[in-house]
Amino acid sequence: MIAELGHYLLILALFTALAQGLFPAIAIATDKDVQSFSEAMKNARLRGVYKYGALIFIALQVGFRFIQKSMQRYVSNAQAVSFVERAAKLQFCLLALSFAALTATFIASDFSVKLAASHSHSMKPFLYKISGVWGNHEGSILLWTLMLSLYGALIPVFGKHLPPTLKARAIGIQGLLAFGFLAFILFTSNPFERLNPVPSDGLGLNPLLQDPGLAIHPPMLYMGYVGFSVAFSFSIAALIEGKVDAIWAQWLRPWVLAAWSFLTLGIMLGSLWAYYELGWGGWWMWDPVENVSFMPWLAGTALLHSIMVLGTRHKLANWTVLLGICAFSLSLIGTFVVRSGVLVSVHSFATDPARGVFILILLMISTGSALTLYALRAKTLKGPGGFEPVSREGGLILNNLLLATACATVFIGTFYPLFMDAMTGDKISVGKPYFDLTFAPIMSLLLIFMAAAPLLKWKKDSLQKLKTLALFALPLGGIITAAAAIFGKSVLGGIGLALAAYLAIGTLIAFARKTQNFKNLRSQPAGTYGFVLAHLGVAIFTAGAVIMSVWADDDIGRLKIGEKLQVSGYDYTLVDVAPGARENYQFLGAKVDVSKNGRAIKTLSTEQRFYPVRNMVTSEAGFHFTMGPTVFAAISEGNVQDGWIVRANYHPYVTWIWLGALLMSLAGFISLFDRRLRYTKETA
Amino acid sequence: MRWFFSIVLIIATSFTSFAQITDAEVEARAKEVGRSLRCVVCQNQSIDESDAPLASDMRKLVRKRLKEGDSNAEVIDYMQQRYGDYVLLKPPVQTNTYALWFLPFLLLLCAFGWFFKVARKAGAES
Amino acid sequence: MRALLPLGLFILIGLAFAIGLTKDPRQISSELINQPFPAFSLTELYDETQIITEETVKGQVSLINVFGSWCVACNVEHPVLMDIAKGEQVHLIGMDWRDERSKAKRWLAKRGNPYKTIIFDDESVLAITLGVTGAPESFITDKSGQIRYKHVGVITPQIWRETLLPIIKALEEE
Repeated sequence: MIAELGHYLLILALFTALAQGLFPAIAIATDKDVQSFSEAMKNARLRGVYKYGALIFIALQVGFRFIQKSMQRYVSNAQAVSFVERAAKLQFCLLALSFAALTATFIASDFSVKLAASHSHSMKPFLYKISGVWGNHEGSILLWTLMLSLYGALIPVFGKHLPPTLKARAIGIQGLLAFGFLAFILFTSNPFERLNPVPSDGLGLNPLLQDPGLAIHPPMLYMGYVGFSVAFSFSIAALIEGKVDAIWAQWLRPWVLAAWSFLTLGIMLGSLWAYYELGWGGWWMWDPVENVSFMPWLAGTALLHSIMVLGTRHKLANWTVLLGICAFSLSLIGTFVVRSGVLVSVHSFATDPARGVFILILLMISTGSALTLYALRAKTLKGPGGFEPVSREGGLILNNLLLATACATVFIGTFYPLFMDAMTGDKISVGKPYFDLTFAPIMSLLLIFMAAAPLLKWKKDSLQKLKTLALFALPLGGIITAAAAIFGKSVLGGIGLALAAYLAIGTLIAFARKTQNFKNLRSQPAGTYGFVLAHLGVAIFTAGAVIMSVWADDDIGRLKIGEKLQVSGYDYTLVDVAPGARENYQFLGAKVDVSKNGRAIKTLSTEQRFYPVRNMVTSEAGFHFTMGPTVFAAISEGNVQDGWIVRANYHPYVTWIWLGALLMSLAGFISLFDRRLRYTKETA
Repeated sequence: MRWFFSIVLIIATSFTSFAQITDAEVEARAKEVGRSLRCVVCQNQSIDESDAPLASDMRKLVRKRLKEGDSNAEVIDYMQQRYGDYVLLKPPVQTNTYALWFLPFLLLLCAFGWFFKVARKAGAES
Repeated sequence: MRALLPLGLFILIGLAFAIGLTKDPRQISSELINQPFPAFSLTELYDETQIITEETVKGQVSLINVFGSWCVACNVEHPVLMDIAKGEQVHLIGMDWRDERSKAKRWLAKRGNPYKTIIFDDESVLAITLGVTGAPESFITDKSGQIRYKHVGVITPQIWRETLLPIIKALEEE
């Protein structure tokens, strides 16, 4: 019964979303709306080519106008807005209940529901029964949509001071997006499908996904992905209303901040999970699935900074709107890639082309119409052009350009194989070496400007302001590079570290200036702390990433008990191997003693696990995480006579990578508490 | 003249095959080669990182060929002849990858060009 | 006009995605088409003393099928191979890849052995030389021992009838 109820709630949510989406379009119209539409049509007519299209458009518009007129006779704008707000809240409640129904079938181990049968198991720990709900395609897309409607419902809650029509339109766009995804769920990925005959037990969750980190990784990631839908909706609403200004930027900022912070956290958790669960010792593989989560992040980071320029200097209106559309469209592209299997590896099975087609159509309609609207309206948004190159906005614009180029580079690297296959049928691979040669230099350039821009004043400044930075950073950078070249035998690594140090110094100097040499710490707005922590986070991250890419080391060998591997001065001795069994798996556990120069550091426990329900073998590496060198070892196949295959890794400062990312995410959340974000009404 | 060349050739080849390569060197080079070869059965990993059985066999083959005196490039060529460009994680710079390799830097140039164009405009205004 | 740029770009990208959806990312064309079958020297599955070399594939049109007892999809393919063997339509050679002899023998004993000869390649020596990326995979060689066709994935009765058999027939007439 619960499954049918959940399905029924989904259908109700679909219709609510449709009403939420269509109502603002019909009931709320300003004259400006019609005016600029006919103006656009006039332009189109003049070009002649679009004659017939324009005729159809005008005919549609006349019909639409008629409906609008009759609607507006009975419904006032205020009534319409409150209707749309309620629809958004109702839609969220319906979806939340539906999601709860699905969770209930997993907790109750109701294997007459196909999804629970193929992704859950009665013996599974409670936490993984719940996380199993989104550990599969159907459940995760439901979670995705639930969050989409959550953001839709939050707009009226936090947006009390927004102009009512803009708000209603934005909520309406959220409704249309939710409608698209609910249709996707109901037509191609129904999570409540029943199974007949009912199996006696479920197939269990993929053991790789049975991990607390992965239980919270998708919700965080989706909060980020989907959060950019608000930027998308606000951009479209503003395009319809024909007004993108500083106040609009200030309204949008907290939403983008929240989405960005969640996304940062989500990506960081994903990286950490892949690192310790998959045990390859890689924290970032440049895998398509990772890249598609990184692109919205890069676009979102650019958006976050262009909003600042728009909010203070009334510039970049066009660009900001475009970024708002892009950030969410890239999230949609990510969803498309992951669900359709267009980029999956050679021997993957069970991807449904119908799903790919559906999401592609969703993507084409939403992004396509958004960009069409942009093409029609971009001219009306043109703000005052030009800026001083040496100024805060100059630096921010440069950073925006670099971030956009970096994002485009990731896009090119990720999709080039697909494009080439589509055009010529040739197959190529694009991996880490490509990104090392293209993405890394672009980001290094970004770091250079990133440290300087915050030291400059808005409007116009002189390079004199950067003197302190140069005074500190140049000698220190030289020392670091020289030290790395001499002791670490890597000049490139030294330059990378010097860049990280330079960014940290620049950030601290900016902080010192803002606080009059650290005196007015209490009176600083939260945004200042957000900026400092985020930029320091990037510096820490960079240091970790550079050290890891240059000085990490590993070795693999067949060890008998008592034998050892040597990696970068560390001894990894295999001391014990013993079999055992736990709740839902059997394992072969090994103890590996790690020591340096005879001094014991840690005994690592590594396991090779066998999950009988899934007939799957996984490897659990044993880690010793520290803020300095992290060491870990993993055992795989072997026997007493020949020994076991052991992999030993030495990863210096790898933890700084996640620490840096965590700081960035935290900084985003702190910035949300900035007073300036609350006083929107007064500033309006 | 011909016999002279053949002797040079014989000496040269015997040198490469008899020259003692230390295990440590093979190991380091095998890692380097392994990192640039895609594990063809995996998502997007190199054979150096992958736990897949085929990757481990490919690692063995790389070591074997290096020990026999192949250069890094020769081993990579060997794999490319069998698995095509697909096996190279660093795609070769050739006609069909010019866009891949040069587009990012072209975009970078465009970005800087635009920046200074618009920035100059501001200077003229003020 | 500049405002149309993002839309234009996006439409191009969308088109490429649409084409990409129709392509199978699994299909890698073999680099070895029209090349002689690579030299190798491996043992027979049942007879460890018997050395098999590339000579085995010469002299008649052969179908070399890569399989393994660990390979789930090979279970699906196996009945089709049995039918092919029954019809004696082609010289069928097996290549037991990354397997243990005992497991492979048990697997074949249970399902029947369609192969004339089985090359035992437990360390992917021949597999890598052939550019094999997974099982099942099948190669067709002509009488001179040149590789003429590669099929990735399961041979279904339809693929056999409509693709592989016509190729084999054409090669026999060469």
